[in-house]
Amino acid sequence: MITAADRRIWLIIGAIVAVFALLVPLSTLIWGVNYDYTLVTVATGGAVLGVVSGVLGSFAVLRQQSLMGDALSHAALPGVAIAFLLFGRELGWLLIGAGVAGWLGVMFINGVTRTTRIKQDAAMGIALTAFFAFGITLLTYIQSRNDASQAGLDQFIFGQAAAIKRQDVLLISTVGLIAFLIVGLFWKEFKLITFDPQFARANGFAVRILDVLLSTLIVVAIVLGLQLAGVILMVGLLIAPAVAARQWTQKLGQMIVLSGVFGGFAGAAGAILSGIQAGLPTGPLIIVVAFTIVFLSIAFAPDRGLVWTLWRRRQDRQRFAAQNVLRDVYRHAMQHNDPAYPAPGGMLTALRGSVVRVGLRQLEQTGLVRRVDGDSWALTDTGLAAAREDARNLQLWDLYRLYAEELRLPSVAEEHQKPIKSVLPREQVSRLEALLERDNSF
Amino acid sequence: MNGNGKHGARMALEIEDLTVAYNSKPALWDVDMHVPEGVLMAIVGPNGAGKSTLIKAALNLIPRAAGDVRFFDQPYAKARDLVGYVPQRGSVDWDFPTSVLDVVMMGLYGQLGWFRRPGKNERQQAYEALEQVGIVDLADRQISQLSGGQQQRTFLARALVQDAQIYFMDEPFAAVDAVTERAIVALLRELRSRNKTVVVVHHDLQTVADYFDWVTLLNVEVTASGPVPEIYTEDNLRKTYGGRVAGIAALNHSAEVEA
Repeated sequence: MITAADRRIWLIIGAIVAVFALLVPLSTLIWGVNYDYTLVTVATGGAVLGVVSGVLGSFAVLRQQSLMGDALSHAALPGVAIAFLLFGRELGWLLIGAGVAGWLGVMFINGVTRTTRIKQDAAMGIALTAFFAFGITLLTYIQSRNDASQAGLDQFIFGQAAAIKRQDVLLISTVGLIAFLIVGLFWKEFKLITFDPQFARANGFAVRILDVLLSTLIVVAIVLGLQLAGVILMVGLLIAPAVAARQWTQKLGQMIVLSGVFGGFAGAAGAILSGIQAGLPTGPLIIVVAFTIVFLSIAFAPDRGLVWTLWRRRQDRQRFAAQNVLRDVYRHAMQHNDPAYPAPGGMLTALRGSVVRVGLRQLEQTGLVRRVDGDSWALTDTGLAAAREDARNLQLWDLYRLYAEELRLPSVAEEHQKPIKSVLPREQVSRLEALLERDNSF
Repeated sequence: MNGNGKHGARMALEIEDLTVAYNSKPALWDVDMHVPEGVLMAIVGPNGAGKSTLIKAALNLIPRAAGDVRFFDQPYAKARDLVGYVPQRGSVDWDFPTSVLDVVMMGLYGQLGWFRRPGKNERQQAYEALEQVGIVDLADRQISQLSGGQQQRTFLARALVQDAQIYFMDEPFAAVDAVTERAIVALLRELRSRNKTVVVVHHDLQTVADYFDWVTLLNVEVTASGPVPEIYTEDNLRKTYGGRVAGIAALNHSAEVEA
């Protein structure tokens, strides 16, 4: 079954693809981007890396380990330097060194948090800077050695996309595919330990091992990205797509797919934008694109987005004001035994404050009250009907609270702001109505 | 008293000499607790008495310094399928992107084993569990939109779907509305009528006698444990709560009025 929310995800994916399809020709036409061999390689690498880190980053974000990713990538730097000193300039070894060092950093942080009273944020602060400082020290030493092969080793700090070769793209793709395969195999286990690790342990899952496996995958994503984005910025590519994707969906699977799409787009688009002019850095541009997606998502996503929230708050305020004023006018009229008896605006305002004016304007626009003379307000025929319906709705809700259990009605008390008829099936409402008739006949 | 006739027959839970320590300060000291099958047992005690710790230690979620725990005469590793667990509601992030039905199905992951995904059968079981806790109409709702009471019912459904013999519930009545509280009580009684055993961490002294038939009074050590009529006395409560007995006086009063 495809819901409106599911369709929304396809719409966004379509929009991203469309933007990308436009970006390629437009970038050539307007900025004269030259799609040469290097750029295509870098853009492909960026896209693949973005997809991989977007998917794996989703777990980091949901496990509230975003900063762990940052600590981890900083901790990878000394590993790169040590691997270079031991094995020379061989990308495979450099990445393995980075992975091992990143791993040690995480183990150090976890160990300190578990065995001492030092909190995780402090442990991360210590580990992150200490490992990074050690890495910088080693790199500086290596550079001073007058060894030609070390040239460009500092690319691991900020990343240097131009250095990416086709075989590196192949490496990222292969490792990424293996990572996806593992995520697919352990889907329900990863979901469970991310949502409720305690429950998972009580149910006999090897949470420690699954934890290590998932963390290893995140380490792998970071290490793969070091060459392109560098140890300082890599965490952005890990976290940003997931944060953006979370705004659009309420399903884990959709979030992960969308996060991959966002990451892939950011990776490719950042690389293309860096082709506008020589000297524009790829890694930082990728992060800027990713952040732009985050910004747009936080602002405009339905339900969770800022614009949506503010708009809904305004709607609610107007609706509640109108509802309350309608009740006040009705009550006032009933006290005078005349449904058309007008209520003075000043009196209404004295009751509830200036928000009454918002309510009156709403009611007048929808034809529920009319201005009698000056600042006096009376119910129209439709207004009277609406007020009576509203009063009846309140009575039905009261009855619901009293008899819901007896009548075995579903628990919907949370939604008592809505008309009960929109919340309960017709047949159940009529059971409450029968009670209401009985009460009224006494 | 449904379970009473069988009390001699089988022990659902036996805890012997259980000690748990955090930083060399004991959180639980030499705890003995025996729960016969088919009993609703409340664990009651002041804040920091180790009530949740007791459950977690029994389920191997935290390391024990000493002690032995057996479920139906078996260690936990062997009896896992017989045990259902309802953690504290606040122990997870309810903004996690998933639906109520999905969370309930998580209760079946353990039985599914590695690699197998939940299917139609599991969905059906989850629906039935949701029906039991009265929120089947919320099955497709996102968990981020649930009220506290609905969250609690979701967790209960996740435990029910496991069809265990003994359930551990950590503060299921904490901060839920009155309707949910009554629904949980009804559920506990329904479980008892099916001869299930339930161990509940509870904080409301006023309702212990109404809701439960056995009680353990805990303050790091067990002050008393057994059937409510024998154990739930003012004297024992004073021993457990020390000087803080304002609530106990009120309890006693209301008990007298009822009697």
